[in-house]
Amino acid sequence: MPGPHPISDALPIIIADGVIKQFGRFAALRGVNAEFAPGRLYVVLGDNGAGKTTLLRTIAGLAQPTRGTISVLGAKEIKTVCSQIGYMAHPSLLYDEMTGLENLRYFAGLENLRYFAGLYGIHDDAANFTCREAIISVKLDPDLNRPVGQYSQGMRQRMSLARALLNDPTLLLLDEPFSNVDFHSAQEMATLLGQMRDQGKTLLVVTHQPGLLESAANEFVWIDSGKIVDRTSKLRAGTQ
Amino acid sequence: MSFLAVMRATLAKDLRLEWRSKDAINAMLFFSLLVVVIFSFAFEPTAEESRKIAGGLVWVAFLFAAIVVLNQTWARELRNHVLDAYRMSPASANSLFLAKAFGNFIFVIVLEALMTPLFIAFYRLGAIGPAWELLPIATLGTWALVVNGTFFAAISLRTRSREVMLPLLLFPISVPALLGMVNATTAVLTGEESARFWITLLVAYDVVFTIACLLLFETILEAE
Repeated sequence: MPGPHPISDALPIIIADGVIKQFGRFAALRGVNAEFAPGRLYVVLGDNGAGKTTLLRTIAGLAQPTRGTISVLGAKEIKTVCSQIGYMAHPSLLYDEMTGLENLRYFAGLENLRYFAGLYGIHDDAANFTCREAIISVKLDPDLNRPVGQYSQGMRQRMSLARALLNDPTLLLLDEPFSNVDFHSAQEMATLLGQMRDQGKTLLVVTHQPGLLESAANEFVWIDSGKIVDRTSKLRAGTQ
Repeated sequence: MSFLAVMRATLAKDLRLEWRSKDAINAMLFFSLLVVVIFSFAFEPTAEESRKIAGGLVWVAFLFAAIVVLNQTWARELRNHVLDAYRMSPASANSLFLAKAFGNFIFVIVLEALMTPLFIAFYRLGAIGPAWELLPIATLGTWALVVNGTFFAAISLRTRSREVMLPLLLFPISVPALLGMVNATTAVLTGEESARFWITLLVAYDVVFTIACLLLFETILEAE
């Protein structure tokens, strides 16, 4: 049985109603009912294969529920609000052959089209500034003239986070942001995520290192066998 | 405008990636070079015979070589799941499709421009008919190959053996276009008949399949 829902006056930013996601005969999500309030940081926990990534992909609109409905930022057609969602997946979602800045400039062009009708998507200087700011925010050097394929795994993770932050999203979905990142850098990233929550963003973070977010998280969401089995405001003992 | 901006940005990105890796263009060039050399040794045709067989030989070589670049076109987007980032952006699916198709068109046209002098030298080719007609034939024929090729490469993207799947899907549907390209080229080289009918067939083929691909591509992109 799901635990207590978050206490918030604001309307939920995500509403999942009986979401089932099947891959062939295998059901990755088996009837997820949940609401997530805005401006909070949720840490999603569970064993491998519990359905955490599928839940994030469904919220991001990359996977369609087999049954049930999901509403994100008030829209059931998630494509219509995708410019307000930042998604960091387990793979980097970056081109290995391009530098970090080149990658981000390309994605900035895709993201900002609705707001800037110029031939280049957004004005070149503005795009450059936004991309550089995103890279600096994750403590990387925007002038690093090296293709992403030659980055260390930790640098790639951070550049992937920069890409997710590029469109200044209202909702941030992060899948294993701390994997392969050294402890010091992971702590810096955790602090950054806490600051984003303080700025009013909503974050759903899938991680196997919940201890890093213990102080910043508002709620811990426990998934098992495709269902949300518990929601707690404190981390259970022994799950650091 | 935004549609064109995404197309332009994606095309520039693909050209840049290919320029840096040269994966597809090198493989295409070596493959075509092998075809030219091996067939010239195998047949040793006279100039007259060459005019009759060159149309088929040239286009089959380009078709097989195009498969290399078509297989590569989506492979880059699958690495690191970059396609998910595109799917999550507000950019239209068709701007991605057209950018990919134009990119492949440029790669194959470059290959044709480089290989044609070699074909002429090895097979002692000379056109008896109006040689300028080879330009629209090459343009329309190449577009016919790459527009369907880009589309079917996207379909075979999530299949287990996609490199085998692409030719299996593409070759049967390309038969009318191939017929048009080969017969039009042979007509120009031999000068025995007009190539107009085959050029018209290629125009019709290109229009129909470009529209069909544009109508269906979003479904393919969003498929899980």
